[in-house]
Amino acid sequence: MSDTTMTMSGSPEPLKFHVEGEHHVENGTLLGFWLYLMSDCLVFACLFAAYGVLGRDYAGGPSAAQVLELPVVAINTTLLLLSSITYGFAVLEMQQNRSGPMMGWLVITGLLGASFIGLELTEFSHLVSIGAGPQRSAFLSSFFTLVGTHGLHVTCGLIWLVVLMVQVSKKGLIPANKRRLMCLSMFWHFLDVVWVGVFSFVYLMGVLP
Amino acid sequence: MSEHAEAQHGHDEHDEHDGVSAVHATMKGYLTGFGLASLLTLIPFWLVMSGAFAKSGPADALILLLAGIQIIVHMVYFLHMNTKSEGGWNMLALVFTIVLVVITLSGSIWIMFHLNDNMMPSLMQNPANLP
Repeated sequence: MSDTTMTMSGSPEPLKFHVEGEHHVENGTLLGFWLYLMSDCLVFACLFAAYGVLGRDYAGGPSAAQVLELPVVAINTTLLLLSSITYGFAVLEMQQNRSGPMMGWLVITGLLGASFIGLELTEFSHLVSIGAGPQRSAFLSSFFTLVGTHGLHVTCGLIWLVVLMVQVSKKGLIPANKRRLMCLSMFWHFLDVVWVGVFSFVYLMGVLP
Repeated sequence: MSEHAEAQHGHDEHDEHDGVSAVHATMKGYLTGFGLASLLTLIPFWLVMSGAFAKSGPADALILLLAGIQIIVHMVYFLHMNTKSEGGWNMLALVFTIVLVVITLSGSIWIMFHLNDNMMPSLMQNPANLP
């Protein structure tokens, strides 16, 4: 904490602009990133609300129970949950300053995330090919917007992951890279939290009678 | 002047203040979180895919409840949330966000469903009033 002091001519003691005991968060990068995640949370809340309102408006088109395939979603959920725990293992290796095993776990995390995206894109292209694209009904519009936004986030997370791996391989586990890895950790686990909402609210509740 | 004393410490001490090492992840924590999350995912999938529920009412409530518990599990074990992290600001931001999310979700659904109910049928049946 910096002590901002100033001596004025004639004043007996220096003026202090920092009160003793007043403190702020040291290096608030993680806090700032948390605030970003919370605002992202509001974006998803709006998309969830839109789906909640429009989710049963089929406009004569296919219903959720007809087009959503739960086995695919179960595999997707497993992939994302596994990628969460493998990222956790990478963080554990990072705390021990072992960059080799950490990179290994990051590669596994990236592969799991890429499989998730691949499977989701396959599902989307299948839906479009059977005439259940986003323009078919309000249900499908809100479905594609919500699930697609989540998928876009995961894609950005994958790009970030690759960039970070390049940075770590070039500079090693310097404090700046550790901070970035912790930010991505929060981002990645946050996406898993959103996915919990997606598979519960959209898929499981959608296919119920 | 304890702040001054801390600032002059070596690199390792400074690292603690980055908030990076302050978050202390453990293998036990991750495995506990993973086990609980798997369980909380398996139960709703099994309930829906086995067709154990004939009516959607109680199933919806149960799925949402399990999702809520799983989100808390993720927050605690994976995102390392507690009331102390970042001097409590994390928790404050989270509580504020939850308030906004609840208002957005419940407000939208409540208003939109009532809007559907309160549409004036006489206007809707006249083709001249339709868009």
